[in-house]
Amino acid sequence: MLGALAVAVLALIGLMVVTVVINAWPSFSANGLSWFGPGGNVVTQFRAMQAGTPLPNHQLLYFRAWPLIWGTLITTALAVLIAIVVSTLAAIFLTEFAPQPVRRILEPVVRLLAGVPSVIYGLIGILAIAPWINEHLIDNARRQSVAYVVQLNGADLMTATLILTVMILPIMISITTNALAAVPASWREGSAALGVNRWRTMWRVSVRTARPAIAAAAVLATARALGEAIMLSMVSGGLPFAANPLDGITFLFEPVQPLAATIIKEFGGQQTGAVAHTIYAIAAVLLVSAGLLSFAGWAAKQPLKRYGIGV
Amino acid sequence: MATSALSPRQPSPTVAQPPRERISSWPLADRVCYWLCWATGVALCLIALAIVLFMLVKGISYLRPSLFFESPAPSLHQSEAGGFLDPIVGTLIVTAIGTAIAAPAGVAIATWMSEYGRPSWLARAVESAIEMIAGTPSVVLAIFGLLVFARSFFGFLSQSASDGQVTGQSFFIAGIVMALLALPLVVAATREALVQIPARMREASYALGKTRATTIWRVLLPSARPGITGGIVLGMGRIIGDTAIITILLGSALRNQGVGSVPVLGTLRGFGSTLTSYVYNDSPAGEGNAPQKAYAAAFVLLMIVLVLNALVTRLTSGGTERSRAWSWPALSWMPWTR
Repeated sequence: MLGALAVAVLALIGLMVVTVVINAWPSFSANGLSWFGPGGNVVTQFRAMQAGTPLPNHQLLYFRAWPLIWGTLITTALAVLIAIVVSTLAAIFLTEFAPQPVRRILEPVVRLLAGVPSVIYGLIGILAIAPWINEHLIDNARRQSVAYVVQLNGADLMTATLILTVMILPIMISITTNALAAVPASWREGSAALGVNRWRTMWRVSVRTARPAIAAAAVLATARALGEAIMLSMVSGGLPFAANPLDGITFLFEPVQPLAATIIKEFGGQQTGAVAHTIYAIAAVLLVSAGLLSFAGWAAKQPLKRYGIGV
Repeated sequence: MATSALSPRQPSPTVAQPPRERISSWPLADRVCYWLCWATGVALCLIALAIVLFMLVKGISYLRPSLFFESPAPSLHQSEAGGFLDPIVGTLIVTAIGTAIAAPAGVAIATWMSEYGRPSWLARAVESAIEMIAGTPSVVLAIFGLLVFARSFFGFLSQSASDGQVTGQSFFIAGIVMALLALPLVVAATREALVQIPARMREASYALGKTRATTIWRVLLPSARPGITGGIVLGMGRIIGDTAIITILLGSALRNQGVGSVPVLGTLRGFGSTLTSYVYNDSPAGEGNAPQKAYAAAFVLLMIVLVLNALVTRLTSGGTERSRAWSWPALSWMPWTR
């Protein structure tokens, strides 16, 4: 009987993938592979679908998701890159350098950061960080320089990335710390016996051994960052604008709108079939990417098994 | 020879206790990295402190006792916008439904996986399925819930619009989908707890002539209780903190709007709000735009989450810390690490 329940979970996963993909299909089949490509303004496309009047020379389901995909890629990539550095340092600190009392403080701190609901992160971002950036970091010349395409108001790529980094740090720290702690003590002792100092031992022996775990942590954190909807819909500016890296520093102050946040934003129009199909298509993309990333995270950890480290 | 080397006359060799090396003797690059590690640790503490203090200051300055007893009222002026009685009730309802489904299901699945697990390919497939649920973004889970439950077959769980279209948005449905969110946490915690029970407990029970089912029910599950409870509390924290499922599956109403005349059932079938959706709707991102109310509600939400966090720590620390000296018991409770 217990087995039946377990099988039901399997069936549920299958049902989830099938349902979402079937309902997403009209949007994909209408647009083909250009669904993922650039072309036009996402907001106009959604409004046209909602009104039921296709854009000129296009069918009703016309949709080009590139600005959203770009927003997802750029926020996720920046956040994960920063988080790899910070989490590795923090994990080294926790396993090697932190005195016991500091460790006892830091451990609940990391768990607290993991436990804070994303809506609170979003609230802090939109009511505290975004206004501060708007006031102190964006000057008028910068505002003018892009005023013809977009308005800068502090809810931007930078705010989104910073908060996203804090949100994915706990998972990365915990995976990396577990891996570093699982490195056989004799390996580190061997290094120490050769007169290598503690940092180099950590860096050359432990971190090197734990590299697959760091990769796995980065992949799993990517999956989480990808699916973060509420916080990003609150602080990323809410404008499906493909922020342009060629704008230099201004790039960081341009708004973005990732895929998951778009579902939240456009959900109000889901009663009309076309909008619904497009939203389901976005969900399908997220579902498939999350599944692939879960698998990649599992695969990335496999080399560690060779050393007998199960993380 | 060997005995003389170990004789107590000899000064004991200092190899076991290496002299404390001085950081100042390290090369500059290593010292920089050492201090970077410290800086990271301190920065993390400061970020957490800043979040808690900020919410504390804002929360306390806008929190009034009356907020807990008033229903939200849509209004342009924050002072007339009412309190968050309905969201608190909503959070309780959704958490109760979600936990009531996720806890038994999660414990059952974990027990099957760790105590039966035959055929092994099936067990492995179920394990990956659970991991996949854990990795699925909650907004996708919400969309899936909507696709499944907005059918006339499930009409009894929500309400129908005038044209007969089932909305697929209600406390029932939000709670059911929330159960999916908490399920992986309960499964991971239960498995962990069951694995740590020594084999002799099972053997002793079998030796007394108990069946497998009795052993599980009377011996294993009771000894795994702290771990299981920890997982359930963690799942509750996850349910309370999730916003995406609520905004999609509970409608964006501020008040809990019941359906029909049956009191409890009607509420459960109707739209509503929880603390998270209340914060979202009252933030500048939502329609309400009453930041003071949002701060106050977010403060209450944060306090609930912190209390649950502390509860998990209390439940799961103890015992494990000494047995796994180098490992990190508390963080291994983050289910994503498995």
